[in-house]
Amino acid sequence: MSTVVLEPSPAEEKKQAGFKPGLWTKEINVRNFIQLNYEPYYGDEAFLAGPTDRTTGIWKKLTDLFVEERKKGVLDVSQIPSTIIAHDAGYIDKANEVIVGLQTEAPLKRAIMPNGGLKMVLTSLETYGYKPDPVMVETFTKYRKTHNDGVFDAYTSDVRKCRSSHVLTGLPDAYGRGRIIGDYRRVALYGVDRLAEVKKQEKASLDNKWSSDEIIRDREELSEQIRALGELKEMAAKYGFDISGPATSAREAVQWLYFGYLASVKEQNGAAMSLGRVSTFLDVFIEKDLEEGKITESEAQEIIDDFVIKLRIVRFLRTPEYDDLFSGDPTWVTESIAGMGDDGRPLVTKTSFRFLQTLYNLGPAPEPNLTIWYSPQLPEGFRRFSSKVAIDTSSIQFESDEIMRMAWGDDGAIACCVSPMAMGKQMQFFGARANLAKALLYGINGGRDEVSGKQVAPAFEPVQGDYLDFDDVVDRLDKVMDWLAATYVTAMNCIHYMHDKYAYERIEMALHDYAPLRTMAFGIAGMSVVADSLSAIKYAKVKVKRDDTGLVTGYETEGEFPLFGNNDNRVDGMAAWLVTTFMGKLRKFPTYRNALHTQSVLTITSNVVYGKATGDTPDGRKKGEPFAPGANPMHGRDSHGVHASAASVAKIPYRDAQDGISLTTTLIPSGLGRTKDDQITNLTSILDGFFGSTGYHMNINVLNRETLLDAMDHPEKYPSLTIRVSGYAVNFVRLTREQQMDVINRTFHGG
Amino acid sequence: MATASAEKVNLEAKSPYEMRVHLGDDVPEVDVRSALKTGDMGFLHSYTTGSAVDGPGIRVVAWTTACMFRCQYCHNPDTWTLSNGIPVTLERAIDGVRKYAHGLKLMHGGFTLSGGEPLMQDRFAVRLLAAVKAMGVHTAMETNGFFGDKLSDEELKNIDLVILDMKAFTAEQHERVTGIKDNAEVFHFARRLAELKRPMWLRYVLVPGLTDVDEEMEQMAKFAASLGVIERVEILPFHQLGEYKWERLKLDYKLLDTKPPSGERVANAIGIFQAAGLNAC
Repeated sequence: MSTVVLEPSPAEEKKQAGFKPGLWTKEINVRNFIQLNYEPYYGDEAFLAGPTDRTTGIWKKLTDLFVEERKKGVLDVSQIPSTIIAHDAGYIDKANEVIVGLQTEAPLKRAIMPNGGLKMVLTSLETYGYKPDPVMVETFTKYRKTHNDGVFDAYTSDVRKCRSSHVLTGLPDAYGRGRIIGDYRRVALYGVDRLAEVKKQEKASLDNKWSSDEIIRDREELSEQIRALGELKEMAAKYGFDISGPATSAREAVQWLYFGYLASVKEQNGAAMSLGRVSTFLDVFIEKDLEEGKITESEAQEIIDDFVIKLRIVRFLRTPEYDDLFSGDPTWVTESIAGMGDDGRPLVTKTSFRFLQTLYNLGPAPEPNLTIWYSPQLPEGFRRFSSKVAIDTSSIQFESDEIMRMAWGDDGAIACCVSPMAMGKQMQFFGARANLAKALLYGINGGRDEVSGKQVAPAFEPVQGDYLDFDDVVDRLDKVMDWLAATYVTAMNCIHYMHDKYAYERIEMALHDYAPLRTMAFGIAGMSVVADSLSAIKYAKVKVKRDDTGLVTGYETEGEFPLFGNNDNRVDGMAAWLVTTFMGKLRKFPTYRNALHTQSVLTITSNVVYGKATGDTPDGRKKGEPFAPGANPMHGRDSHGVHASAASVAKIPYRDAQDGISLTTTLIPSGLGRTKDDQITNLTSILDGFFGSTGYHMNINVLNRETLLDAMDHPEKYPSLTIRVSGYAVNFVRLTREQQMDVINRTFHGG
Repeated sequence: MATASAEKVNLEAKSPYEMRVHLGDDVPEVDVRSALKTGDMGFLHSYTTGSAVDGPGIRVVAWTTACMFRCQYCHNPDTWTLSNGIPVTLERAIDGVRKYAHGLKLMHGGFTLSGGEPLMQDRFAVRLLAAVKAMGVHTAMETNGFFGDKLSDEELKNIDLVILDMKAFTAEQHERVTGIKDNAEVFHFARRLAELKRPMWLRYVLVPGLTDVDEEMEQMAKFAASLGVIERVEILPFHQLGEYKWERLKLDYKLLDTKPPSGERVANAIGIFQAAGLNAC
C-alpha cells in the first residue's frame, strides 16, 4: 500500500503553530512529531510539584468508594451492553475534574460486554448478586452470536481435552483478548476527522483489489473503524468537547488522548488494555504551555494526576475463576516510559518524571502499570529517581530498552506486562500459555494425565522400569511438545478468527496503520520446573512411583543436582533449550492471518493455578504446589543471590521468546544498602548490570517479609500495599491467601 | 592429592546464615597443611552474589572458614573451624568469580573476601584477590586485622579496600569480646595501611551490654580518624540470626537474652564516630 500523503490544511497549520513541521504533518506519524519536537530532560526530580487540593479532594472521594467496592466485590453494574456511546457522560466531581470521562455514567460502575462471551457476563452478574436483564440475555442468545460461541463451534476435540486437563490454560476464548494498543496519541495530534479521512483513503485503495476473503474482511474492518471514529467524536461531544481537530493545549492533548483510550475500554474488556507510550508525546504539549506561561508546573502535574486517577479506576466485570488466574482485578493499563531514541537521545522528559510522581501524589497503586524502558544510558537523574520510586512504592517495573528497541524500534510500547509492539504499527493475538511441566509428565505417562488418569495426548507407551533415563525422557517430552504445539496453534487460530469476527476491536484498530504487523503470542508456564526436573533426571537418580493403574504419580530423587537460578550452565542450558525447542515447534504450524509466532515466559499470578493442576514433578515439587512465576527460578532454589539468579534468567534467548521473559525479584531494603542513598545507588547498579547484559524484564519488590506477613493478618492496615507480581503490580490485600503465601515464599534476596 | 578431593565436593553456595559443618573433613591433614602453605586450595563456608552490603556497589562475596577469635556475638560460629568449609581449588574459586566479572564492573561493585578470617588462609586469600584484581574487578577483604603482618606491602596493593572489623579499643575489652587479649597487631595493621595510603572501611558491631560502651567507641573513633584513610564507618546492630548455630554446635552462647540495640543507641554510636569527623552510618 502506498503512503497516504496529505498536505496539512492552512487552518491546521495555524492551530499547530509552534511545533516543528515534518513528515508527521504530511502523514500519520506520531513518532516523527515526537522526534522533531521533544526536549530530553537530563536533570533530577527537584522540579516536581506535589498534589493540589483539588487532586487530593477527588482522590479522597474515590478512596471512600474503594472501601465500599472492596466490601461488595463490585460497586455497581450497568446492564446496558457497552459500546463507545452506550452510556451517558459520567463524572466523579464534575466541577473539579481537569480531565473528564468514565466508562459508564458513574465511577467504578462496571459495564457488561457480552460480545466477548455471554457466559462470562452471566456468571459475573450472578456472583455479585445481580439478576441478568432478560432482554439482554435474549439478544445475545437468540439474535447475536458471541466470540465465545464461535470459538466453541470451531474447537477440535484435542483442544477441548487440553482445556479441561489444564495443559492449556487461560485461553481468551470466553472474554476479550486484549493486548491491542491503539495509538491514542493520534487523536490528540491529528483530531478525529483527519484520522477518518486517512482510513477512508485506505479503504478506497482496496477498491481495485480482488475481493478475496482477506480483502473483503479488510474492507469490512476499515468500515467499522471509520464508524468507530465517528462514535468517538460523538462520545466526546457528550462531555462537551469537539475533538474533530487537533488538540491545541496540554490539557486538550491529555483529554483528546484519554477519550481515545476511554472509547476502547468502553468497547472492549480485554485481558490487558494498555495505554501505550504517551508521556514524552504529552511532554511536547506541556512544555509548550509552560513556556508560553499558560500553565504552571503545579497545573501541569495536576493534569497528569487527574489523568492517572482516571486510569486507576478502569474496571471490568470478571468472574471468580478469572480472578484465580489473574488476581487483584488487574486491567494492565500499561504506560511505557523513557527508553532511548534511535538517534541516541534519551526519550526521558519532565513528563516521564511527572507520571512517576503520581505514585507520591496519589500514593502507590498497581494501575496504571508504569513500565520503565530501562537502559544504562538513560540520564542518571532519571535512573536514580526510578530506583527511588521502586524502593518507595514497589509500583513500577523495568524492561530492557536495548532488546525491545532493537527488535521493534524506538516508538514501542508494552501491552500487558512484557509484550512489546511498535505503536500503531503492530498488534498481537494474545494466547495465554501451555503448561510444559504437564507436557513432561504426559511424556512419562504415555499421554495420560497424571492427575485424572485420562488419556489426553495420543497414546504411546509410558516409561518402563523404575528409574528415569534422561535421553528417553527428553525424547518423550519432545514428542508431546510436537502434539501440544499443533493443538495450541489450532486453538489460537480458532480464537482469533472468531474474535475478529464477533468482537472486533474497532476503535483500537482505527488507531493503527492499515495492515499492521500481527504477532501470535504463545506462552509457556513451568519452565524452571521442567529445567530442574531434567537436571534431576540427568545428574541425580529419579525413581518413579506408580499407582494401581500404572500411572506414574510420584518421584523419589536420590542425590544432588544443579538447580535453575544459580548461574550454572548445566541446568540453565536446559531451560534455554526448552524455550527454543517449543518455539521451533510452534513455528511449524501456520497461523491465522499469517501472524508472526512469538512466545512469552510469563505467568503473572497464574503460576499458582498451573501448579494446582499439575501432579508431582521429578524435581521434587509436590502435586498442587505453585510453579515459579514467569521465568523465575523455583522458590528458594536460587540460593546464590540475585546476581546469579538474574544471570540464569538472562540466558533465555529473546529471539525465541519475543513476547517477553519475566523475572520477579524481591529485595529487602536493608539488603540494598545501609542508607537510603546507598539503596538507590545499589538498585540503580543492579538495573544497570541486568539490563547492561541480556536481561529482559525485572519486577522489583523492595519489601520486608514481616510487612507481608502482617498484611495477611491485618489487611485493613495496608489498603494500598502494592507489590509486583511477574509483570504487573497488584494490591497485596486483594490477592487470594494462596497467592499471598506464594509471594511470601518466593526468595527474598539480600540481608 | 588436595586438588583432586577439592573438585569432588559440590560447591553449593548458599546464604552465610545457613549452617555448615564437616564439609572438609575428608581432606587429609597433609593436604590441608600443604594447601595452607601454598594457597592452591582454600576452604569456603559459602558465597553469594548481588550483595549490596559488603563493600561498595553490588558484589560477589565469599566467606572463608577458620578464625582465631571467638567473638561472643559471632553470627556464624560454624566458620570458626577450617574443616567445616568446602575445599575449593584456587582455580575453581577464580573461575567462580570470573563468571560475574563483567556484571560486577557494570554494577560498580566487586569481589569481597570475608570469613571466618580470610587471613587464616592468607596464601589462598592473596592469590585469589590478585587474580580477581587482574580481571579488572574491584577487590575488598573483610578482616579482623590480627594476621595483617602476613601480607606484604606488594600484596596489599591487590586489595582495593580493606574492611577492618574492630572489636574493641582496650585490650581488656578485646579479651571480653573475642577471647584474645592482645589487639596490638590490629592497631599495627591499621597504621600500616594508613602509611601505605590504602583505603579502609571500619566496622563495629554494636551489642547492648557488651560493645555499646561510649568510652570504647570514642577512643576507637579518635584512633580511626587519626589514620586519615577511613572512608566509611559502619555500625552493625547486633541481631539474633546466628543463635541457632550456637545451639546446634553446642557452644556456650552468652548473648541468648540480648536484644538488638535500640534505634537511639545505634544513632548514638554513629554520632560518636561522626563527631570524630568520620563518615559513619
